[in-house]
Amino acid sequence: MDTTTNRWRTIDIVVASVIAVAFGVIFWAWGLLWGATDAAFAFFPPAQAIMYGVWLVPAVLGGLVIRKPGASLYCELVAAIVSALLGSQWASIVILQGLIQGLGAELAFAAFRYRSYRLPAALLAGALTGLSAAIFDFVYWNKAYELANYRIPYALLTIVSSTIVAGLGSWLLTRALANTGVLDRFPAGRDRALV
Amino acid sequence: MSGVELRGFGWRHAGRKRWAVRGVDLRVERGERVLLLGASGAGKSTLLAALAGLLPEDSGEQEGTVEIDGLEPRKARERVGIVFQDPETQLVMARSGDDVAFGLENRGVPAGEIWPRVDEALRRIGFPYHRDRPTAALSGGEQQRLALAGVLALRPGLLLLDEPTANLDPAGATLVRRAVADALDADTTLILVEHRVAEALPLVDRVVVLEPGGGVRADGPPGAVFAAHGDALAEAGVWVPGRTVPPRHATAPPGELLLTADRLGLPPRLAPTDLRVRAGEALAVLGPNGAGKSTLALLLGGLLRPGTGAVTGTPALAGADARTPPHRWRAPALAGRIGSVFQDPEHQFVTGTVRDELALGPRRTGQDEAAVRATVDALLERLGLDRLAGANPYTLSGGEARRLSVATALATAPRLLICDEPTFGQDRRTWRELVDLFAELRDAGHGVVAVTHDPDFVAALADRTVVLERP
Amino acid sequence: MIGVQPVATPGAPLARRNPVAKLAAALIFSFVLVATLDPVAPAIAIAVELAVLPLFGVRYRVLARRAWPLLASAVGILVTLVLFAADRSGPVLLQAGPILVTQGVLVTAAGLVLRTLAVALPGIIVFATTDPTDLADALIQNARAPARFAIGALAAFRLVPLLEQEWRMISMARRARGVDAGRNPLARLRLFGSTAFALLVGAIRRGTRLAVAMDARGFDAGTPRTVARRQRFTRADGLLVAGAAVLAGGALAVSVALGTFRPLIG
Ligand SMILES: Nc1ncnc2c1ncn2[C@@H]1O[C@H](COP(=O)(O)OP(=O)(O)OP(=O)(O)O)[C@@H](O)[C@H]1O
Ligand SMILES: Nc1ncnc2c1ncn2[C@@H]1O[C@H](COP(=O)(O)OP(=O)(O)OP(=O)(O)O)[C@@H](O)[C@H]1O
Ligand SMILES: [Mg+2]
Ligand SMILES: [Mg+2]
Repeated sequence: MDTTTNRWRTIDIVVASVIAVAFGVIFWAWGLLWGATDAAFAFFPPAQAIMYGVWLVPAVLGGLVIRKPGASLYCELVAAIVSALLGSQWASIVILQGLIQGLGAELAFAAFRYRSYRLPAALLAGALTGLSAAIFDFVYWNKAYELANYRIPYALLTIVSSTIVAGLGSWLLTRALANTGVLDRFPAGRDRALV
Repeated sequence: MSGVELRGFGWRHAGRKRWAVRGVDLRVERGERVLLLGASGAGKSTLLAALAGLLPEDSGEQEGTVEIDGLEPRKARERVGIVFQDPETQLVMARSGDDVAFGLENRGVPAGEIWPRVDEALRRIGFPYHRDRPTAALSGGEQQRLALAGVLALRPGLLLLDEPTANLDPAGATLVRRAVADALDADTTLILVEHRVAEALPLVDRVVVLEPGGGVRADGPPGAVFAAHGDALAEAGVWVPGRTVPPRHATAPPGELLLTADRLGLPPRLAPTDLRVRAGEALAVLGPNGAGKSTLALLLGGLLRPGTGAVTGTPALAGADARTPPHRWRAPALAGRIGSVFQDPEHQFVTGTVRDELALGPRRTGQDEAAVRATVDALLERLGLDRLAGANPYTLSGGEARRLSVATALATAPRLLICDEPTFGQDRRTWRELVDLFAELRDAGHGVVAVTHDPDFVAALADRTVVLERP
Repeated sequence: MIGVQPVATPGAPLARRNPVAKLAAALIFSFVLVATLDPVAPAIAIAVELAVLPLFGVRYRVLARRAWPLLASAVGILVTLVLFAADRSGPVLLQAGPILVTQGVLVTAAGLVLRTLAVALPGIIVFATTDPTDLADALIQNARAPARFAIGALAAFRLVPLLEQEWRMISMARRARGVDAGRNPLARLRLFGSTAFALLVGAIRRGTRLAVAMDARGFDAGTPRTVARRQRFTRADGLLVAGAAVLAGGALAVSVALGTFRPLIG
């Protein structure tokens, strides 16, 4: 059976790409919104990190839907490249970020040895992708800010947002997608029959 | 070594209790040209997918065997070319030429040979643009022809075509049929699915009729098959050539005015058009691909804002709302007055099951639950969808999806019904059922506007026709 | 609204370079600059970037349109720094309640804003001048990216302009069936959410069908693929990459020589 091996079928590649492309478009729009809300968060700028989870959804969602090693990394990276192609203002740096963020979720699924895709795995993937994103931002974007009042709350909020939005959110989204029948050719869609 | 061999073949789609096809024993020799017929939902498209090796084991259950030149279909993919019912999802690349080249690259054709073969394939199907033309800028008919070119360029030994001319204007359909005829050489086997037998006959030398319950109902040279089984086949839904259907024209003169369009247009999609729709009248809108018929249908249906001119509903249709244009009406009011059927049925589906899909409109327009159930059951039964009530609309066959989309608009019994290609992909029986439904509706004082390429439909139902030209 | 086609004048000398070379040059140029926090190196880099822009055939107006959201981020950086700067050395310029602006704060702000711009511009320039099909081809042929994945991603990318159309179709379908939100903002939000979900479902459904269509034309049949559109990596492409490295290194060197260099790590 194809589905139990780690080789990606064409449908795995294309659907992972479609998820990535859809989120690439969302990233592009989210980037504009992010820039526009900078001022809104002036009262406490680290609070903007509560919006962070959206950047990390494809990493977890890709893993939950495709269930193959590399899916998280691939989806997050391609989503980043697509947003750059569409003209995201952050361009090439998002590719590096996508790579690092994808790795976080990938590690979580690997920790479950690519066997469990239940809620705990999703939450861990959300938390780890958030952690990897937070580490990158801690070093790269936020280096010049105060440690206790900015960098640490920002990093913690990033992880919280990512666990909730990317982790729990992707898990719910996967379930909703499975219920529509579009995932019937994926293991994620077949779980439905068992419930 | 023969062409195609099926032994006791059957396929059941995952999630379905019934077999889509079953008990098919069929042998097609190399170089034969076969027309595959059968009622809508008989499993024709499923059978073609099986021959092309496109039924993955994780999507259903198989019975019996299929062999192409003695090989399993999945292993014989190199020899098979297929064009599906729906052209839009078959294009892979962003530029037309690249799309034709895609298959050649996959088959490892040497780089030097690729572009000459691409150009030849494009020339054969009469592609009017340069090969850099973006695929997104092609009309439905052009996409269909491009998909055909992508397959012809591969020079397949077995060519599978699933209603390749549905949605094409008569000139485009002739062009496609000619391209297919030109592409066939003595060694190419053809299996063609097409409801309209008369047009397809010049291409084929054998007819195979699938029985919906399972097995093959009739098989042989067209003349012999239709002479021996003509009546029975016509009864079962096959468009047997030479058998016309009784027309259903209006018996009473048209009634009050419902909707007028003055200089209605949407550049560059639709040139300004004048139109009047009356109650108790069926109006057919004709014209070549790209003339703007679908655009007109959406404008009349209050779904698009006009670019020029105006659409006005009369008080007979809209009561007090007649002062505002339909595209500004609230949706529940709109759905109760004007029903729209889109050209692509899948664009219209909103819910997860056939039953919910039918119930949605009546619920939104405020019918009570018992009335909703009665309406839904009656429509399911009449259009042969009752056993599919629990199915997901996106898993229906082409013809079933079309009927469902028409039924969703009928469910709210709107005073005015606007349908875009309401009869494509129908067998003779479902086609008649649709014509009867429209006729009853019209005779009960509703207005019907149908955009169509189907001359039989125009002959049978239309009281008046309007022809659009390309803008 | 969403541009998926390159916006540059085609024949411009650098726009014509191999996409992999352009991407590599942009990445190298950006990542060398990541190393520092001072304002001098990014300022030099920005000057270089603006100077080569005509060679890429990108007009300044186009660049401005793509880059303007960065200016919004620049304001954000400034506000954040005023409130949270770690380094408040140097003479005090302004003090009002908790707000303390020193020269150190301003230097850091200038550094961060300039760095954000300097790091982003190369990517913007490259992606504005690169056709997605060419990029996928070059990634396969010159960077040994796995062909199945690159082509799969490219096929999915073709759906981007279709998503917008699909959105309109879904909205029309709902309206035709009597579903709308009226003026109630909550109902609007719900309708927006369910339309977006329907869009995602539709995109995945298209993806599964596209995969079938690709398989039908021999994708992933095991036959080694040939390439119809040859992408070459020439000496000029190598020079572009090397030039990017040299210029970025030069910017850093100047900064070090002037003593303004502030390493990111350490
Ligand atoms: N993906 C699918 N999942 C579940 N059921 C399916 C799927 N595709 C088709 N079916 C069902 O299988 C049966 C045969 O469908 P098929 O598309 O082969 O019919 P067809 O003969 O081509 O009909 P038409 O002339 O209307 O196109 C139908 O009842 C249809 O609802
Ligand atoms: N959403 C759209 N945006 C831009 N152009 C469009 C859009 N939809 C259709 N067109 C173009 O407008 C013209 C008219 O399209 P329309 O679909 O109304 O034609 P039609 O007469 O229905 O054709 P067909 O017989 O092929 O269905 C075509 O050239 C088409 O390419
Ligand atoms: Mg069919
Ligand atoms: Mg049309």
